[in-house]
Amino acid sequence: MYPHSYTTLQPTDVRIKTEQLNIYYGKKQAIKDVSLDMLANRVTALIGPSGCGKSTYLRSLNRMNDLIENSRTEGKVLLDGVNIYDREVDVVELRKKVGMIFQKSNPFPKSIFENVAYGPRINGINDKKKLDEIVERSLKQAALWEEVKDDLAKSGLSISGGQQQRLCIARALAVDPGILLMDEPASALDPIATAKIEELIYELKNTYTIVIVTHNMQQAARVSDYTGFFYMGELIEFDETKKIFTMPAKKQTEDYITGRFG
Amino acid sequence: MNTMMKKRFRLSEFLAEKLITATAFISFAFIVLIFIFVFRETLPIFSVPEAAITQEELGEQETYGDITLTDAEKASEKNEKSKAVNDEGASIKNLAGERWQPVSSKPKYGLSPLIIGSLKISLIAILFAGPIAIFAALFTAAFAPKWAKEILKPAIEILAGFPSVVIGFFALVVLATVVQDLLGLEYRLNAFVGGLALSLAVIPIIYTISEDAISAIPKSLTEASLALGATKWQTALKVILPAATPGIFAAILLGVGRAFGETMIVLMATGNAALLSANLFEPVRTMSATIGAEMAEVVFGETHYNVLFFIGSILFLFTFTLNAIAEIFVRQRLMKKFRGD
Repeated sequence: MYPHSYTTLQPTDVRIKTEQLNIYYGKKQAIKDVSLDMLANRVTALIGPSGCGKSTYLRSLNRMNDLIENSRTEGKVLLDGVNIYDREVDVVELRKKVGMIFQKSNPFPKSIFENVAYGPRINGINDKKKLDEIVERSLKQAALWEEVKDDLAKSGLSISGGQQQRLCIARALAVDPGILLMDEPASALDPIATAKIEELIYELKNTYTIVIVTHNMQQAARVSDYTGFFYMGELIEFDETKKIFTMPAKKQTEDYITGRFG
Repeated sequence: MNTMMKKRFRLSEFLAEKLITATAFISFAFIVLIFIFVFRETLPIFSVPEAAITQEELGEQETYGDITLTDAEKASEKNEKSKAVNDEGASIKNLAGERWQPVSSKPKYGLSPLIIGSLKISLIAILFAGPIAIFAALFTAAFAPKWAKEILKPAIEILAGFPSVVIGFFALVVLATVVQDLLGLEYRLNAFVGGLALSLAVIPIIYTISEDAISAIPKSLTEASLALGATKWQTALKVILPAATPGIFAAILLGVGRAFGETMIVLMATGNAALLSANLFEPVRTMSATIGAEMAEVVFGETHYNVLFFIGSILFLFTFTLNAIAEIFVRQRLMKKFRGD
């Protein structure tokens, strides 16, 4: 559809851009008029209290909201300049370019190997040697290889929660998406596992454009380059993370990050 | 102690509790008693005492008219009769025979045509019902929009409550002719028609249980697959269906159990000839249909009667085993799969 060779992209290039995005669930409006630019090879964090629409916004970037009955999207989401809500865009192709990590780790009830090989397989890669290569590369990228390399035949559900989440990341990386959407990827994990995921995000930033939704403001401050603050479906403020956390321009943002509500 | 806090005896509460407990145990007891009865009626066929057949019992041969028998003839008659009496007891050898001719001067209780018949019919029914029911379940659980799901599921489940005699009647009158004309068959009623009719009774069972198993697959797995760029169909075939395998397997087992035990449909639609053949288009007789057709006419306590109960025991053991395996599959394998042992 559109070539994505992230190596030629400069950090200042806009990878994802939303223009006047409105999302409705039935009559309820979940996202109001959000326009936002996300830069290539940068981590963008979306913060805000529960129900503020940040997850809905994230899921609109790979059209996962399509799965929710009676949801409706207006406005544009431009991925490398192409509106992904355009009629001619194939959702399946889109999702191959925009990977997603969910809040609750969700490995398939298959072996570790098959979990990672799933994406390449559905893309028609069946050569054992090639799959071996992809699985090893992806698990290494997800910093899981050393822990599971001798147990690739074990069920993906038999490893710890933190390992499962990294397995899901490896599974997403195996299709080489270029963009990763993370929906509170560490919220169900203990601090050590969380630290590992954060380290991983830091590493992946070199080659991936990452958008992460998080409840945890320290996490946003640690991992992201840019932060957007959502409240009641609106984007209240968007700026460099450093600035948001040291001198927010809006009162609401300040109240939230200082813990006065949320 | 404060009077308000004092323990009080509530009669209605007590009675209700006891009554419910009793009902539960009574139903259980009934089932156990039926089992015991069926097995007890089976037993005599294994213990026909040969010693009981004495010369005296054989007695003098009755003759008609003035015919007198020579000693030699008498001897041979006696031999034959004693053999016949021996045959009447259903020996293991007799039960393993190839012919089912229970009403005859030398009754033959060969069960193999009946067992093969039941297996044949069940196989045909499952081959039809299995794929249809599983794909229908996959469609309703994974593809159908909400409104279609709300119509389809109850509609197919209602089919489960369809009186089997109605299905049998339909097969006998309509289906058999259609199939005969379509395939140009020699026999109107045959194993194929019976199996086809039986599949109508089996589909709802396999469908319902498969649908439950597929719906129980966490939505997060579907989302994970779709987010990786899999199509809906790839997701259904490679993620949902494999994850639901234990449940679907259990559904098929229960379907086989139903097919094996079903009586009315096969009695009406199969032609009921106890032939031992591999041909799917010849008439066939199942174990259940044999009991259904012959039990009413059999002499109480006779070998034939006991053999029919023996068939009943086989049916019971077979379905009991299938249900037990199915239960284990659903309860244990499926749970295990999502716990990840």
